[in-house]
Amino acid sequence: MAQPPQESSAAPSHQTGSQLVKRGLAEMLKGGVIMDVVNAEQARIAEDAGACAVMALERVPADIRVDGGVARMSDPAMIQGIQEAVTIPVMAKARIGHFVEAQILEALGVDYVDESEVLSPADEAHHIDKWAFTVPFVCGATNLGEALRRISEGACMIRSKGEAGTGNIVEAVRHLRSILGDIRALTQADSAELFDWAKRLQAPLPLVQEIAETGELPVPLFCAGGLATPADAALAMQLGAQAVFVGSGIFKSADPAPRAKAIVEATTHYGDPHILAKVSRGLGAPMTGIGMDDLDLKLADRGW
Amino acid sequence: MTAGVLALQGAFAAHASVLESLGATVVEVRTADDLALVDRLVVPGGESTTMSMAAERSGLLEPLRAFVASGRPTFGTCAGAILLAAECFDGRADQHQLAAIDISVRRNAFGRQVDSFEVDVPIPALGDAGLGDAGFHAVFIRAPAIERVGDGVEVLARVDDRPAAVRSGAIMVTTFHPELAGDDRLHELFLRS
Repeated sequence: MAQPPQESSAAPSHQTGSQLVKRGLAEMLKGGVIMDVVNAEQARIAEDAGACAVMALERVPADIRVDGGVARMSDPAMIQGIQEAVTIPVMAKARIGHFVEAQILEALGVDYVDESEVLSPADEAHHIDKWAFTVPFVCGATNLGEALRRISEGACMIRSKGEAGTGNIVEAVRHLRSILGDIRALTQADSAELFDWAKRLQAPLPLVQEIAETGELPVPLFCAGGLATPADAALAMQLGAQAVFVGSGIFKSADPAPRAKAIVEATTHYGDPHILAKVSRGLGAPMTGIGMDDLDLKLADRGW
Repeated sequence: MTAGVLALQGAFAAHASVLESLGATVVEVRTADDLALVDRLVVPGGESTTMSMAAERSGLLEPLRAFVASGRPTFGTCAGAILLAAECFDGRADQHQLAAIDISVRRNAFGRQVDSFEVDVPIPALGDAGLGDAGFHAVFIRAPAIERVGDGVEVLARVDDRPAAVRSGAIMVTTFHPELAGDDRLHELFLRS
């Protein structure tokens, strides 16, 4: 792992990799759009559109669904090409439980690692011990218990899983409502009920007690999985997400650049229907999308 | 007193919460109409490229330039420091500067996220203002560095021998994040200005 830079004896030392520093970058991404990109050209389109970060991966989730087989961490050469192409933060995905892929991503200097259900899981019982890393991690969750288990493992940002690669927002809405609804309910629980909540959520009691007190997750909550339109992004924000990830929804649409820009504007002005109406006009065809009943593989079921 | 927080993208919620805890009325600023409601403004951290584009697309560039030129107190942190600076290195060619303060800033000067850090820095101006001792815990996230300060710009704090907090007239900027570390004294100083 990277050592802090050496200081002269008089200067106080820099502390890297603390929770404050790791969660701090997630704070900086709030109100923004993080876009999946598969090459330097797409990364530049994303940055030109106003993305606050990009997620470097070899295939967008819609293609992973079609291709099948094992989906793994991307080629480091491809990730470095994207790092060189843009000035905004670059994230990349590691398989669930594959801590060596995460070590490699940290060595490459990616700004956030997504321990992602979109890739094929490498471990059927354990997620990565994320406390062991200097680079921060984002993890997906379908409900509050899953979110708190990931936070207890060291995740510094939670995103809804949604159902990646479908262009269908319904699962992301379900997950956001479940997480935020349970947080609201927790704030109404008395101290004795919190023990039962912890048992039912399969989550550490101190985290459950902290949320009952503060009424929010201790890390930022973003939305991912199935967003395809400016209205989808604004829906996620109005439901209580603090930023959005858009995967296949941009580069699987008919005209990616204007759609990317419109989704960025909709995320900033999520509460203003007049601006949303203006930016939603004439964007061409969105990605086709898949109904949940037609799915052979539900990626959100991966993770434990 | 109504304090605005530019809410185009970034850590605006954290700033709003600190300002509210100090008794200020806070408005999230996304349009020129919002900006007209406030008498002072925080420009938060986030991605400076994203914020610059959003300001342009929302018709906020000229209103923001007029706001900072009018002498109303403005406090920029990290990306906010970049936007308020006269000059920016390692940015995008199309990135806009509000040129509110005569400094030159380099983006991501300390490296990538794995190099982001926290460190204690003395800020003597806090003691001078009767706001306790000089020690301040500063959080640097993919931080910029101030590489040049113009005449009349006062350096309030240094990190690695480079200015990390500076002030000129009603404009104050830091390359670190006072909204993240639980110390509200720089916000207090801003509300008093």
